[in-house]
Amino acid sequence: MKTSNLLDDVAQRALDLGVPLTAHLDVTYRCNERCVHCYLNHDDRGEMALSEIKNVLRQLAEAGTFFLVISGGEPFVRKDVFEILQYARDLTFSVKLKTNGILIREKEAERLRDLGIEGVQISVYSHRPEVHDAITKVKGSLARTIRAITYLRSRGLKVTVANVLMQGNMYDYHGVRDLALRLGAHFTIDPTITPHLEGDASVVAKRIPTHELQTVFRDSDLVGDVAEFSALAPAADAAVMESFPCSAGHTAIYISPYAEVFPCVAFPFKVGDLRSQSFSEIWQDSPALQQVRSIRVKDLTTCSGCGHVAGCTRCPGLAYMEGNMRGPSSADCAKSFVRTGVWSAGMVEKFASSAALVQISPAAS
Amino acid sequence: MSNSYIARASKIATRVLGTETLIMSAADSTIFTLNEVGSAIWEAADGQTPLRQIVEQKLCEEFEVDASQALADAEKFVADLAAQGILRVSETPIDGGEGR
Repeated sequence: MKTSNLLDDVAQRALDLGVPLTAHLDVTYRCNERCVHCYLNHDDRGEMALSEIKNVLRQLAEAGTFFLVISGGEPFVRKDVFEILQYARDLTFSVKLKTNGILIREKEAERLRDLGIEGVQISVYSHRPEVHDAITKVKGSLARTIRAITYLRSRGLKVTVANVLMQGNMYDYHGVRDLALRLGAHFTIDPTITPHLEGDASVVAKRIPTHELQTVFRDSDLVGDVAEFSALAPAADAAVMESFPCSAGHTAIYISPYAEVFPCVAFPFKVGDLRSQSFSEIWQDSPALQQVRSIRVKDLTTCSGCGHVAGCTRCPGLAYMEGNMRGPSSADCAKSFVRTGVWSAGMVEKFASSAALVQISPAAS
Repeated sequence: MSNSYIARASKIATRVLGTETLIMSAADSTIFTLNEVGSAIWEAADGQTPLRQIVEQKLCEEFEVDASQALADAEKFVADLAAQGILRVSETPIDGGEGR
């Protein structure tokens, strides 16, 4: 029996065995909030019935999935959400739940505890109601979310407060962190605003400006040792160049409420449909998934020659949404630059292609 | 302990990964991996079969190990898992021991 932190070993073993260790299942895109930065269309266009979801969960268990993230939309707008969670736990998944918490009261918190849910992640945008509620567009939502966290914590559930940073709340993360601490919750921060999955990229204008991101990345309370965090990654060796850009499609998979299969929630490149195919068919034979899996770091058109490549958080999904799954993601280029002060190859390329040519004339004699 | 009954705890997640078994305790998120022999005991921990019988039927026959040594090792293994809260041990059969 080994009891150390084995996640890396387990992930490598899953990769070697071709097992989808982690699955993210959105059970609905419907939501009771209307967050200004959301990347989803909240209409129900034929979400899976309970029987379909159970069938998907059975297939995932058979394929070896261990970590299951259940999210949405807001999962609790489904009246059968507890039947879904019960079934997932009967199949002995490690279940994490992502929710806004608005519909969680004492009874729901107790049921989640009794089910052995591994953890609950709840989005909090600000410690100030006027800011949080303006982002969710639901008056009173912060108070209800805090109430849910209190109920969950008092029942012993692990809660993570997720603070998405954008222009409307970028000065409030200290307050959110303090709030999380007071509530006994973990705290995580994410400055990534994702383009709408149906193509509208206008929402990315809400991303926080570079100089503000720098303030966040220089906050030792968040990043630990600032010098270490800001250090340029060592030069990429052969192992890095032969590695996969991320786990999406390799040991991780995403399933939409409409039974569509994607490499990741942030990678809207459809690789299969569980209404017409089995999961194992998709996992083993999908040409689209094989395409994703074929990409090594050395194949990345711009990033393979970038000095940040060994330490970059490059998201292939964001790159895909910018037009090329092998290309750079400008959001991650910005993060690498802000973190280290060194331009990324993607930034250099973009600057070179957009800079106006300047004619230099010889000085008049 | 050899005549004890063992059952998997309820608030755990578990999955077979190749020849190993992954287990996570919801109480503290600790991950455990069991090797092939440990996995055989874990799979047989239905709350209805005494540990001695599990060792005889699942370990001695399948892994060709000495019975007394296997039983001693299994008892230590069971005690370790019980201390971590992921296995229940009782002198009488455990109802609801199968599955989650």
